[in-house]
Order: sequence, then structure tokens, then C-alpha cells
Amino acid sequence: MSLDLAPSLTATEEARRQIEICNACRYCEGFCSVFPAMTRSKAFADGDLTHLSNLCHNCRGCHYACQYTAPHEFNLNIPAALAEVRQDSWERLARPQAVARMFHERGVAMAGLLVVALTLFFALIAAARPTGGEGFYAYMAHNLMIAIFIPAFVAPLALIGLSLRDYWREVGGGRVRLRHLAKAGDMAGRMKNLNGGHGDGCNFEDGDRFSQKRRIAHQLMMWGFLACFAATSSGTILHYVFGWYAPYPIWAPPKLLGVPGGIAMVAGAIGLAALKLRADPELGARRVWGGEMAFIVLLGAVAATGLALYAVTGTEAVGPLLAIHLATVMTLFLLMPFSKMIHGFFRFTALVAEAGKLEKTR
Amino acid sequence: MTRYSDLYDIAVVGGGNAALCAAITAAKAGARVIILEGAPLPYRGGNSRHTRNFRCMHRGPMSPLIDAYEEDEYFNDLMLVTKGKTDEHLARMTIRTSEECLPWMQEHGVRFQPSLSGTLSLSRTNAFFLGGGKALVNAYYNTATDLGVTIVYEAQVRHVHREGQAITHLDVEIAKAPAVTIRARAFVLASGGFQADLDWLARAWGPSARNFLIRGTPYNRGVVLKDMLDQGADSVGDPTQCHAVAIDGRAPKYDGGIVTRLDCVPFSIVVNRDGQRFYDEGEDTWPKRYAIWGRLVAAQPDQVGYALIDAKSIDLFMPSVFPPIVADTIPELAAKMGLDPAVVQATVDDFNAACRPGTFHPTELDGMATEGLATPKTNWARPLDTPPYYGYQLRPGVTFTYLGLKVSDSAQVHTPDGPITNLWAAGEIMAGSILGQGYLAGFGMTIGTVFGRIAGKEAAAHVA
Ligand SMILES: Cc1cc2nc3c(=O)[nH]c(=O)nc-3n(C[C@H](O)[C@H](O)[C@H](O)COP(=O)(O)OP(=O)(O)OC[C@H]3O[C@@H](n4cnc5c(N)ncnc54)[C@H](O)[C@@H]3O)c2cc1C
Ligand code: HEM
Ligand code: SF4
Ligand code: SF4
Repeated sequence: MSLDLAPSLTATEEARRQIEICNACRYCEGFCSVFPAMTRSKAFADGDLTHLSNLCHNCRGCHYACQYTAPHEFNLNIPAALAEVRQDSWERLARPQAVARMFHERGVAMAGLLVVALTLFFALIAAARPTGGEGFYAYMAHNLMIAIFIPAFVAPLALIGLSLRDYWREVGGGRVRLRHLAKAGDMAGRMKNLNGGHGDGCNFEDGDRFSQKRRIAHQLMMWGFLACFAATSSGTILHYVFGWYAPYPIWAPPKLLGVPGGIAMVAGAIGLAALKLRADPELGARRVWGGEMAFIVLLGAVAATGLALYAVTGTEAVGPLLAIHLATVMTLFLLMPFSKMIHGFFRFTALVAEAGKLEKTR
Repeated sequence: MTRYSDLYDIAVVGGGNAALCAAITAAKAGARVIILEGAPLPYRGGNSRHTRNFRCMHRGPMSPLIDAYEEDEYFNDLMLVTKGKTDEHLARMTIRTSEECLPWMQEHGVRFQPSLSGTLSLSRTNAFFLGGGKALVNAYYNTATDLGVTIVYEAQVRHVHREGQAITHLDVEIAKAPAVTIRARAFVLASGGFQADLDWLARAWGPSARNFLIRGTPYNRGVVLKDMLDQGADSVGDPTQCHAVAIDGRAPKYDGGIVTRLDCVPFSIVVNRDGQRFYDEGEDTWPKRYAIWGRLVAAQPDQVGYALIDAKSIDLFMPSVFPPIVADTIPELAAKMGLDPAVVQATVDDFNAACRPGTFHPTELDGMATEGLATPKTNWARPLDTPPYYGYQLRPGVTFTYLGLKVSDSAQVHTPDGPITNLWAAGEIMAGSILGQGYLAGFGMTIGTVFGRIAGKEAAAHVA
């Protein structure tokens, strides 16, 4: 019988058991994208569950609203069941899987990589200090930075591309249209799936009370990150296309985007970490709590060291701070396929796939 | 226990929709309120936590409800299902008041959503709670907490002390400790029906009631209702009646809720333990018939029925939470379900032979009827001939009981000597005052909301 509580169920089997109960209930249909997607099927293949799990934003609304949570014998915990499947999918579809598993689970591993990166950059700055150059480039030549960071950015992205291709096959995604991307962009840009469907927010840090805190903190982080990324990209373009070199004045795009972006990221990181400490770990993927927290701290560190670097312009502190900042950025880039960073890629892809699937059912 | 030694303005017995509406209304009027919920926190909210909508009158579109649903239409719908056993004055008052309930509910944290998939036919008459009844209950508990209401869980009220025409105090067992006294100046009883007390059901219905499944909370055992009836409170409703539907026989004894329902009957043939059909499965559309199948199954030997379906029809109804029994032949299916294969095969053969060609329409009365059977099937009759064959066991699942306290339109509890001056009742415990039999989807929550608010207001006025 499908409702027997066999502790030996795999994450996917357990999610299937729970989703089948939801599909006979459907009370939570209004919270998020998961339930409307669920009602398309009567039976759930592994790929369907991978898709549903990556659509789930862990808002927890369906848990606190569920009449079948423990101690009820149906023992539902949809946010945790889907978090486990989602986490599995990120590790299973990564390559190499073992590296992904290690970094997802262990904050210590991330710290270890950071130490290696730190050593590298301190050594580089000491050994390969350029004779000319201004600002940061007085410590490390621009070309050397580019030579290190382009591969450290592109190679992980290539690995992610392969994972996403596998994901697309597994969930049976159709042909991508521009409007699917636009829909997904809108869903992610406003993080609609964290608004509870009614607009009051999600249930994360305060039991069954709704709040916008997590949604706000996440958007500070996400938009801050995107602004910082745009700042760095604009700097590269100014450098190579317009021959305009750093340091830039406050009104130029790299600063105009980077400073508010950095502040938003730091605020977002503090918010996300504080909320995570208050939230019930039983409603997420327990085993990766440490890795997730380390990821938040890492993002906060990238932004904070970037801002600090700006603040110390012209002083002796630039050298060591530059090494620290570059090391955090390097760690973040290298771990994109192997850390919580992958969530942005998978979730966005899931939203695109869902936009397409929704059209098919209409 | 000193914590409960204070004199409260109002003590509310129960922790479901009616109790919370009363407590919130009274607290907003300035009263000091205590809620005594018999269940522990995870199971708070009684049957209300299993609900999904309430039925609401509206004279024009009112989000999320479309069009209009006016008093007379609502009242007629009620008269149809209760076959006239309705108190017209109270019913019309309830219906009229339901319109102002929707904004009140929203103001106190309840969120609505467009009709759930598969229930579009109700989008005009019923407003669906986003997240279902437990989300509603959670919102009300938060509102009550913010208003300073004292909430005690595992607080089983054992006895309501009546002195003449007034209530003085309650005996309450908190967390299974010996009973304490809780005193208040006014009292609201909102502790539901008695359907979870199988002994009581068995006394009313006969021993077969022990085989019934209870769809909702195990905490509604009618302790307070019985206590009040023993003390001479006016009662209403037929004690032998309960609302029962046919649900999956594998459902838990209590609290299985919505997911155990089975909507397969119109597309099945249903046989009893002896392999014989016993009622027209296609008499009318399922929303109009699901409520009679509980009693039909309850009247069969061992209180059990077996729905048999073939591959043509298995996708025509909402999925059930338990997978069906599957087999490639009818005798094999019968054997797997513990029925006599030869008898069931004969029943199916007779049925198949009586089917006539026609145009099958799953969502409307299609007139595809059998010919020449003692128990005909008058719609959706198609031969069972396409393997694999599927089977579900059906049992009666009790939703609620009808016996209750008789109240006035101000929700006050009465005795032959007149009203009890400081006692009000709301919700399932007094629903029999309005409907004597039958049930209209979404009306239970309407009664609880309307009368909960009245009881809270009247009680607060009494202590002001
Ligand atoms: C599965 C299911 C689905 C339903 N769906 C709907 C629907 O969609 N729409 C609708 O309108 N109706 C629905 N109903 C009916 C609806 O649940 C009831 O009409 C409504 O909940 C009654 O509210 P209430 O507050 O009177 O009782 P309840 O919500 O049952 O609350 C009774 C409370 O009293 C407490 N209690 C009992 N005894 C004691 C005691 N001795 N001391 C202290 N506390 C005590 C209980 O713990 C409980 O908290 C459904 C019922 C079921 C079973
Ligand atoms: C592309 C779209 C994105 C979507 C749809 C998305 C969605 C989500 C969701 C739903 C969560 C909460 C659930 C969970 O912990 O898994 C989350 C957490 C988080 N996201 Fe995003 N995200 C996106 C992009 C980003 C970006 C670009 C960043 C920053 C680099 C970011 C940083 C974070 C952080 C730090 C957390 C906190 C993790 C935690 O609390 O453990 N996200 N994201
Ligand atoms: S989480 Fe619970 S209430 Fe929500 S749809 Fe699933 S079973 Fe129903
Ligand atoms: S946790 Fe939130 S996002 Fe995930 S399935 Fe439940 S309601 Fe949807």
C-alpha cells in the first residue's frame, strides 16, 4: 500500500508518496507553481518529480496548511520531501558528482577551497607584482586577472550547461520560446513563488505566520549580485572597448552598479543568514544546511570585501584586501556547479520549462 | 493550577471555526477571552481543519465569487437537500449574514483563491480557502493571539455547571491532569458534534456503526453536548442521523479527511459482500449523489461495498489517495478483493448484457441506461469489458451528526424554563437548529462563521 511508512524509501519515492496524497487533495493549489503543475498528472515519473522539486521555492506554505503533517499517519512534509529530491537532482546531474556532494554538504570544504585561493592570490601578488599600473592593477596586472578569471568563470559555466541539458531531458522540456524566458524572468524577478499566492509572503522564520522578509532578503541578494556582475562586466567592456581603465569615478557604471549592488548583497546575506537561523531545519534538506549557510556567508564576503576594497582606495590595505576579495570571487566562480549557486540556474530553467508545459495544457 | 484561577469575561469551549469566530469577535469588543481547545496543538481546529470552502450569498461579483447568488436561490438549494426539514427563519438569517462574512474573514487573515481544479461548478456559490481549512484555522489563531486571547490546548471540558438559568463555571481536564475549575461571566459552546464517539453512534444507529470510519477529528466526542442535554437544554435534530459518504475502505479510522473520498461510483458497478449490485450507480451526477452512498453502503452486510471499473473509465474521476486493486480478469479482481469470483462474474455478465449502445458523456446525464435489470443503472452504463479491471472498497465515512442544541437567532441556548442567560452555542453543536437532514456543500462553515460571530457579540455585550 502506497501510504505505508517505509523508512527505506528513496527521496524520489518518498516525494511520490506525498505528492500522490496532495494530488487527491489539492487544497494548496493557490500557493505556488508546484500544485497547478502537479494536477496535470495522475502518475508521477521520476522526471516529473525532479521538475516539481525545482519549481518548489521552499516557501513552506503547504506544510503549515496541511492537515496531514505529523503526528498524522500520512506524515506529510512537502517542503522537505521536495528539497531532498531537488538537492539530489543538483548533485546527480552535476559532474563530477562526488565533488558536488562534498561542497553541497560541507561548509568546511568551501572554507578549504577559500584558503587555497587565498594562498594563491597572496603568492601571486607577492611574486608577480607589476611594475606599472594604477589602483588595483598596481598590485596585479589586468591581463593576469583576466587570464585567471575567464577560465575560472567559463569552465564552471560549461559544466552547468551540461547539467541543465540533462535536466531538460529528464523533465521533458519542450522547445524554448522567448515568451517562456520572459515569463520565467518575471516569476524570478519578482520571486512570485515566495509571495504565498495571496501576496502576504512565505512561512519561513515565524511558523505559520506569513512574512515578506525572506523574499525581500533574497531579492536584495539576487538583484545585488546581478548588479555587481553587471558592474564587473561593464568594467571589462570599458577597459577593452573604450580603453577607459579603473579606478572609475562614482558616476561610472562599474561604481554606479557595484556600490549599491554590494550593499544590497551584504544586507541580503545578513538577512538570509539570520532568517535561516530562525527557520525550522526539518522543513528543508537537512544534510546540506551547513553548505547552504557557508554559501550565504561566501556571497556576503564577496560583497563586503569588494566594498572594503573601494573604501581603502589609495592605502596600504589594498594589496591584502585585493587578494582576499579575488579569492572569494574565485571560490564562488569555481563552486558555481557544486554549491547552492546552482539553484539559480536550475530554478530558472524549471520556470522556463513550466512556462512551456503550461501552454501545452491550455 | 493558579494560571487558570482568574475570572475570565468569556470562556469559549472548542477550537474550530465557530469557536475562533466567537473568540475573535468577543476579544475585539474588549472582552477577556479564554479558548479551551480539547485537542493538542498539531490537531487543533476540529473538523474545520479539513474543510475547503464556505457557501456565501452575494448580490453581485465579490472576489473570488463570480456572478450573483441571491438569498432565494441559496434558500431553495438548501430546501432541496434537506427535503424541507429547514428552519426557514434561522436559515434565511444565516444566508443573509453570510455575505458580510467574506470580508470579515479576509480582515481576520483568511485568504481565498479561485475554485480548485475539478470543482469549477462551485465557483459561483462557494469561496475556497487558500490552503484549505487548516490555513483558515491558523490565521484565526494568530489573530486571536494578537488580540490577547488566552489559548489552552489539550483542555477537555468535562462539565458545564448550571445553576438555575446561568452557567457558573467549567470543569476542565488540561493535559490529562485532574480537572480544574475555569470561571467566566459568559460561555460559548462550540465543541462540534459527537460523531467521534463510536459508542454513542452505535447506540443511535446500531452495532454496525462500529464499522464506520470518521472523516474528521477524533476529538469531537460530544462530551459537552451530552452534558448539556443531561441538564435539560433544548435539543434539536434526529439523534439517529449522521451525514455519511462512501469513502475508500482503507482510510484511517479517524481524520482521513478529503483525500479518502472516492468519486468513481457513477462509472462503476458497485456490489456488496455477496457480489450483488444494490443501487443505481448512475442515478444522478456525483455531487448530487455522493451523500447518499454512505448510508447505502452502511445498510449492506458488513457495511462494505466494492466498486468495479474497467480501463475505459479509470481516468474519468479525481485520483484517489490509495491505488486501486488491479487485475486482468473479473474473477481475478473479485478474488483479490475477497469476493466470490463466480458470483461477481455472473453479476458483471448480467450487467454487460443489459447495457445498450448510446453516446457516453461523463459530465452530464447521458441516458445510457441498462435494460431489464432489477437494479438498473440509468446513466453511464457501459459494459465492463476492457482490462485491466480496477476495484475499490467502499465504507461509510461519517462527516458529522445532526443532534444538537436548539438555539435562538441570537445563538442563545434554551431550556424549557427559558434561555440560559449567559450561554451561547455556535457551529456543529447547534447546526441541527437549521438543517434537520441532508447537507449543502459549504454550509457547515457558513453556520459556524455566522453563529460564532453572533455568539461572540452577544456574549461580549452581556459582560460589557
Ligand atoms: C473531511 C471534511 C470536510 C469538510 N469540508 C467542508 C467544507 O468544505 N465546507 C464546509 O462548510 N464544511 C465542511 N465540513 C463540515 C465542517 O467541518 C463543519 O461544519 C465545521 O467545521 C464545524 O465547525 P465547528 O467549529 O462547529 O466544529 P469543529 O471545527 O469540529 O470544532 C470543534 C472543536 O471542539 C473541540 N472539542 C470537542 N470536544 C471538546 C471538549 N469536551 N472540550 C474542549 N474542546 C472540545 C474540538 O477539539 C474542536 O477543536 C467538512 C467536514 C469534514 C469532516
Ligand atoms: C535565477 C533565479 C533565482 C531563483 C528562482 C532563486 C530562488 C531561490 C529560492 C526559492 C530560494 C529559497 C529556497 C532555497 O533555499 O532553496 C533561494 C535561496 C537563496 N538564493 Fe536564490 N534564486 C535565484 C537566483 C539567485 C542568485 C543570482 C543569488 C545570488 C548569487 C541567489 C542567492 C540565494 C541565497 C544566498 C539563498 C539562501 C539560501 C538559504 O537560505 O539557505 N539566488 N533562491
Ligand atoms: S500539502 Fe496537505 S493540504 Fe496541501 S495539497 Fe498536500 S495534502 Fe493537501
Ligand atoms: S513549500 Fe511552498 S513552493 Fe514548495 S510546494 Fe509547498 S507551497 Fe509550493
